[in-house]
Amino acid sequence: MSGSLFSSTLTLAAGAVLVCAVAVLWLSSVRAVIRVVAVQGIALGLVAMVLGVHVGDAGLIATAAVVLGVKGVAVPMLLGKAGGAGALARERRPLVNVPASLVASAVLIVLAFATARGVAGFVGTTAGALVPVGVATLLIGFFVLVARRRPIFQMVGLLLVDNGIALVAFLGTAGVPFLIELGVSLDILLGVVVLMVLAQRLRSEFGELDLDELQELHD
Amino acid sequence: MVLLLILILPLAGGAAIAAGRGRPSAGWLGWLGVAANGAGLALGIWVAIRVVRAGPLIGAGGLLRADALSAFMVVVIGTVALLASWLGIRTLALELAAGQATRARATTYGVLVQAFIASMLLAVLAANVGVLWVSVEATTVVTTFLVGHRRTKGALEASWKYIVICSVGIALAFLGTVLVYLAALHAGGHSAGALDWTSLMANARHLDPSVLRLGFALLVLGYGTKVGLAPMHSWLPDAHSQAPAPISALMSGVLLTVAFYAILRFKAVTDLALGPQFSRALLVGVALLSLAVAASLLLTQRDYKRMLAYHSIEHMGLIALGAAAGIPLAIAAVLLHILGHGLAKSVLFLTSGEIMAAEGTSQIDGVRTLLARRPALGGVFGVGLVALLGLPPFSLFSSELLMARAEFQVGLGWAAIVAIVAMVVIFVAVVGHARHMLLGPSSASEPLAPPPRWVAAPLVGGLVVCGLIGVFAWPLASLLQAAAHVVTS
Repeated sequence: MSGSLFSSTLTLAAGAVLVCAVAVLWLSSVRAVIRVVAVQGIALGLVAMVLGVHVGDAGLIATAAVVLGVKGVAVPMLLGKAGGAGALARERRPLVNVPASLVASAVLIVLAFATARGVAGFVGTTAGALVPVGVATLLIGFFVLVARRRPIFQMVGLLLVDNGIALVAFLGTAGVPFLIELGVSLDILLGVVVLMVLAQRLRSEFGELDLDELQELHD
Repeated sequence: MVLLLILILPLAGGAAIAAGRGRPSAGWLGWLGVAANGAGLALGIWVAIRVVRAGPLIGAGGLLRADALSAFMVVVIGTVALLASWLGIRTLALELAAGQATRARATTYGVLVQAFIASMLLAVLAANVGVLWVSVEATTVVTTFLVGHRRTKGALEASWKYIVICSVGIALAFLGTVLVYLAALHAGGHSAGALDWTSLMANARHLDPSVLRLGFALLVLGYGTKVGLAPMHSWLPDAHSQAPAPISALMSGVLLTVAFYAILRFKAVTDLALGPQFSRALLVGVALLSLAVAASLLLTQRDYKRMLAYHSIEHMGLIALGAAAGIPLAIAAVLLHILGHGLAKSVLFLTSGEIMAAEGTSQIDGVRTLLARRPALGGVFGVGLVALLGLPPFSLFSSELLMARAEFQVGLGWAAIVAIVAMVVIFVAVVGHARHMLLGPSSASEPLAPPPRWVAAPLVGGLVVCGLIGVFAWPLASLLQAAAHVVTS
């Protein structure tokens, strides 16, 4: 792969990961959000694939295949199943409304570039310069976690955090060793399954709920 | 080989429980799990002796590694696992008798507990800090359903909070691990082995200080969430009070300290690279905050399981403060405290489960004159609290004393004094609650039936061991010293 093609593909794929994160803030339909999560997983897999092909690292290409399978296909399918079963209703009354969320995401992106510049400089490669994109995705994931109240949006927030960190790992270190990536992916997959089952149980116990209505336990 | 066997034993116990599902007389299968955990503990002790005499053991093609610190943690996990799986049989029998649980749910419970124990063992035996992360995350996944085992509204709420907050925390720890990996690669580490703890230690002096600083801060924040250190503790009282008693015992008694073990490992690397000041400042901060949170919330506590949970936050704060001191004496004391806390806290949670089953409430106000009405349960609970509050002869007394001494030695005397003030407040609060529950004349003339002997035996046994370790430290002394030297240089 030639240098300029490599860097433009990489930038495009990493940028897509971030755009998907912002899109989650913008959308309120569960079906659309799940589609966005799938696109983000595929973009993340592409980042790993491009890097792997560029340096000819078989471990990284295998990692990319795992990421595509788990985050691009398996996790969105699981989420879609729950969405289809009606366990996860759309966000009607977010704690922060859509325009304000989009402004917040812009602030978070600036913040990410300001704070992660040091690490990006330390890595010192074309890919490393994109590390702030991963940090921005991670911060938007945190924002989704606190600003949205439906169980599915909290799950998506967690996935954004995970994807942001994975992006940092790919861009900064060309990915953690393959064996560890396998373990990480397995954990994430199982975690999503557990969260889904819990969300369904919450629904059958409480009905449609916003998470801040959970008030059984306090001091 | 022996290390692999330690991991396989609990899994085999779980597989046996799964295979025996549906059999009408499945009660003895639970004992198979207990036997597996007991054998695991015996193997752990053997490994500990072996490691102290002949140095670290390597297993499974270099994936597993046991030095004195790992071996010590295996012994702690084995001890609490033995107690918790033993009393787990009682918990399930009571639930089945009361119609609160089905056989299928009891099977799931048994299998998940064994998987939980295996993942904690993998965490402390992993040679690679990436595998360490994977197994700590796995504990979150397997324990979520255990926290929600009762399926009440409270249990569901607690398990949702637990998995969401801990997943966020553990994600931060992963980012920290990635940054450490980045620093290691730039220091010339080979990609496959760069995350092995031994190679991190060997390369520590070449790691980039600013990247490592950021990474370690994230690791403390991330694993600190699972340790239950303030300000990331908010899941802990809910999860520990809603989970069935044996799960609370395992989570509070060992899971918290397994996460702390991860911090200890990274602290060793960071101290070599940056000197002790950075990790000390961070740990002192979270430790004092945890103590303050625990003290203020214990004063007004109305639920005895939540009281025990906040007590865990206090002890994790003490452990973090001891680790902040960082000298070998301090680390040895921290490890002794980990063992003593594991024993006392698991006995207390298990006893609280018995009390809750007998009295039908977890409110402090709902339990009165326990010593007169149920002398056995009240006695174990009272003595357990004495141990937990750090009174002699129990081992927590010696470890707290040693930690304070070490803190004074390194100039953290002021922090030790703040900690002691918090401990006095907690002492007063807990004694007040305990007096409420335990003392007073009984209105009934006859004491109620005590729990069966096979239930009381492990509870009393746990406290006796905790007392014996406090009086005779010698069987542990060489192991503790060796373990402390692993992470101090």
